[in-house]
Amino acid sequence: MHMADALLSPEVGGAMWAATGAAIAVASRRLKRTMEPQQVPLMGVMGAFVFAAQMVNFTIPGTGSSGHFAGGLLLSVLLGPHAAFLAMASVLVVQGLFFADGGLLAMGANIFNMGFVPCYLVHPRLYRPLAGDGSSLNRRRFAAWFGAVVALQLGALGVVLETKASGIAELPLAAFLAAMQPIHLAIGVVEGLITVAVIEFVRRAEPGILAAAPAPSASPRRAVIALAALAIVVGGFLSWFASAHPDGLEWSIARLTGETELASPGDAVHEAAAQLQERVAVLPDYAFPGTGDVQGPSAPNAGATVSGLVGGALALVLAALAGWLVRRRPPRARAPAT
Amino acid sequence: MSGGHSAFDLGTLDRLGRGTSPIHRLDPRAKLLVTFVFILAVVSLDKHAVGDLLPFFLFPMIILARGEVPFRFVARKIAVVAPFAVLVGIFNPLVDREVMLRIGEVGISGGWLSFVSIVLRVVLTIGALLLLVATTGVPALGRAAERLGAPRLFVTQILGLYRYLFLLVDESQRTLRAYRLRAPDGKTPSWRLFARILGQLLLRAVARARRVYDAMLARGFDGEVRLIGDLRFAGRDWAFLVLWIAIFAVLRFLHPARLLGDLLLRGTP
Repeated sequence: MHMADALLSPEVGGAMWAATGAAIAVASRRLKRTMEPQQVPLMGVMGAFVFAAQMVNFTIPGTGSSGHFAGGLLLSVLLGPHAAFLAMASVLVVQGLFFADGGLLAMGANIFNMGFVPCYLVHPRLYRPLAGDGSSLNRRRFAAWFGAVVALQLGALGVVLETKASGIAELPLAAFLAAMQPIHLAIGVVEGLITVAVIEFVRRAEPGILAAAPAPSASPRRAVIALAALAIVVGGFLSWFASAHPDGLEWSIARLTGETELASPGDAVHEAAAQLQERVAVLPDYAFPGTGDVQGPSAPNAGATVSGLVGGALALVLAALAGWLVRRRPPRARAPAT
Repeated sequence: MSGGHSAFDLGTLDRLGRGTSPIHRLDPRAKLLVTFVFILAVVSLDKHAVGDLLPFFLFPMIILARGEVPFRFVARKIAVVAPFAVLVGIFNPLVDREVMLRIGEVGISGGWLSFVSIVLRVVLTIGALLLLVATTGVPALGRAAERLGAPRLFVTQILGLYRYLFLLVDESQRTLRAYRLRAPDGKTPSWRLFARILGQLLLRAVARARRVYDAMLARGFDGEVRLIGDLRFAGRDWAFLVLWIAIFAVLRFLHPARLLGDLLLRGTP
């Protein structure tokens, strides 16, 4: 569910970074006032736990697709919103740097969708009221499950809206929504169940850690250990048996593509696809003239000209040449002294 | 998306980040800023831009060549994350069918141009980010972000996560290797065995977590993680920063690809 640089306009990407950056600054300042020293390693381990958990795909029952754990609401319940938001943001930053999920500009949007939404919207506005004073165990369980479902729905909605607002992709809003929301509902149901199970586990191992505002308990060590163990279990182990199905997002789009192709003959979309295919198929036969109809009659965009394409291709070759010229050879292994 | 990532990739990228090439030796702030400006320049181009995007490959190619980063590694990582944007973009040719470009008899629709543009954007933005990490490393990037104004607490959190991550992944990999050596048929462990292996891992994680925290206390840990390593912005860092941003400005605003193409096709710019 990562937003990508390639689909993002600088305005939308910049706005999302501004919102996210402000939230990170506020969360850091608030947390600095209330933080216990033990919380430094705790937050690190919690972040590593979510990171490891996200590397595992689980199969979504009845769809043949798979999704992975997001973990935002779980962290909010365990750490409180500020620490949880910073931990989620750190996960998404390292993930963005290492796996290039999304990109540098899209990082702001991704932290907003998967960090800000669960920690600062769903947790205080939905989970807390639903969970009540915490006297009813079933109520708390339902609140955690439902909160995780809603957080994922809002996150997916964020991806759709950011893509639409950027205007790079032309996919119609209704089709995009129809592809994104149901699959993330299915993932969310499983995510909710996992969230509840992990909260129950921590409740047994270290009940103190669950005090809404992270109340200093006797020792968070056992909770740290429990979560570290969970991280090892989920990340290191299950990934060996993780499902090979495509990620939910890709699956939902693939399904959409399939339906488009299966549309009845004569359907406008189908016709258009065929026409486009014809057009492209002609391209290789075309002998390139020196000049010719360079500026098409309906080409108002100066960027989309033949000379632009040719010049770009030439520049690409030059760039490759430049790279080849300045390349650094790894130092040769020295010949062994005789 | 995250499904295709393996733990081994983490180690490769971390190792690359410890290199000593001329690019590695630059100040991480310079590299971070240049990469950010590069991505901004790329994504701010018109959505139908194809020719204008191609000259931007100069930057990743130079970094790739000077930074001693294996081309295959970057290409493979891009291929793993590309599908999402490409699958969303593939609908552009179906929706935007107005012919924007004519090459003789052949009309190319705006949708195809914007689709190709999205693919190029994926390669450029993801490639630049991977090269940044491969020539800088996460710890140095964290220090750079802190010096550029990111909250200390947040940077501490990122670096803490980064450290624990390797410990946890390494531990589980070792245990799994030990299991596989004793199970030559390569079967997945039964749940009983699985539980025992987990127990082992738990004990080791307990021991390690204690050692780490005690070691932190023994070294006078008082709740604040201090970042060491002095960053110095030298002349070559300024040169790198100013030169590349100037090049991006030329590529972004003067559209050299069109001039070059006119020169080639018509003989006059």
